[in-house]
Amino acid sequence: MSGFERFVDTFFKAELIVATLPKIVSGMGMTLLIAGLVVLTGILLGLALAALRSYRITPVTVAIVIFADILRAMPPLVLVLIVYFGLPNVGLTLSGFAVLWLVLSLVLAAFAEEIFWAGIISIRKGQWEAARATGLTYTAALIWVILPQAVRLTIPPLTNRTIAITKNTALGTVIGVPEILNQATTAVSFSGNATPLMMGAVAYLVIFIPVVMLGRAIESRFSWKRA
Amino acid sequence: MPERPLLSAIGIVKRFGTLPVLHGIDFSVQQGEMVFIIGPSGSGKSTFLRCCNRLEEPDSGAMIFDGVDILGKGVEINTVRQRIGMVFQAFNLYPHLPVLGNVTLALRKVARKSKAEAERIGRAALASVGLSDKVDAMPGTLSGGQQQRVAIARALALDPKLVLFDEPTSALDPELVGSVLAVMRDLKQRGMTMVVVSHEMRFAREAADRVVFMEGGRIVEQGPPAQLFEAPREPRTREFLSRMMA
Repeated sequence: MSGFERFVDTFFKAELIVATLPKIVSGMGMTLLIAGLVVLTGILLGLALAALRSYRITPVTVAIVIFADILRAMPPLVLVLIVYFGLPNVGLTLSGFAVLWLVLSLVLAAFAEEIFWAGIISIRKGQWEAARATGLTYTAALIWVILPQAVRLTIPPLTNRTIAITKNTALGTVIGVPEILNQATTAVSFSGNATPLMMGAVAYLVIFIPVVMLGRAIESRFSWKRA
Repeated sequence: MPERPLLSAIGIVKRFGTLPVLHGIDFSVQQGEMVFIIGPSGSGKSTFLRCCNRLEEPDSGAMIFDGVDILGKGVEINTVRQRIGMVFQAFNLYPHLPVLGNVTLALRKVARKSKAEAERIGRAALASVGLSDKVDAMPGTLSGGQQQRVAIARALALDPKLVLFDEPTSALDPELVGSVLAVMRDLKQRGMTMVVVSHEMRFAREAADRVVFMEGGRIVEQGPPAQLFEAPREPRTREFLSRMMA
């Protein structure tokens, strides 16, 4: 067996590709599902927290800042393990799926809150005043005047952060969520061959390269508009 | 003159922290009157104007608008603000909404008009400032003079009894000032009550019913423009005017 043949046999073994493909595809479905849910709940929660923070009620602000700082500082893997293995001790057992969704949503919410908050405070005071002077309540001014502008400003940084956090769906592998990496490592342990891992890597690229490209398109479009 | 003023400020005091900016302002505007407030920067004239719709909260005093002290407890300020329009130096149009959207937002969200009704009113307001052809334009594509006229239309759309102008032409290129002044002149002819903080001395002299000179957080002198500009009583007024007219 030549070096090249050994390389191909280790990483791209044909019969193993065929045998593992259905598992990887089902893993992709799971990864997409969790990523989609995390993006939805994480960004909405982050937006809600930033909006809440704009009322400048001291205890609320302090709570939000502490939440955001802790979740941004902590490695997500640590949180996943703590929640998955810790919560059952207090009588609350969540599935691996639920834990991964919850933890990544909270982490994304923490980053999104900071990004949205930066957007909100970057809107000039005159926008608030114009809205309030026509009789809009604080909340109506926030919803109809401030947030539409703030969200627009925050799309590029938010896109990058969202991509970074959705890739963390791979952490599901340590708590038995059958996403791409979990499917791949399981197949590796049965076959003793690295081919499924390469397939997993390709699966991630298939999902995330379009997302990264989309992110770049959004970023250039919005940065151009502001110029 | 009608029996009671549309707006009366009584002893308005305002401090920023410990710094006093208004030392008890007494001021009133009659229905249909156009009053200019002039004075050096830092005189408190913009702060006072912003107290008239509570964008700044006075520390003490009363602000009687249409018979009600709007500084009183239990006053629904958002209802009052629909009847007191405000136009800002920096226009403050909503950049994410088209011109018509700028004018109809409060009609929809505050006055709770239907979309069709709000748009009808909005188009009429824009027509009255000569911008019927710009209803679908985005604010960023308009000249400063056009933007300020949209801002005036936004205030007028709510059918206010009083419009406050805070240096409405100070941010405009000189050649665009005229279009905004023309709209204000037209408003005056239609009987709108207006309080204008401005450095446009020539316009004040021509259009105002009364001119108020403020300095150091106090009203120094007020009177008809002819008297105030031609024969000011107070030395400080004379000094200010000579600097402005130089």
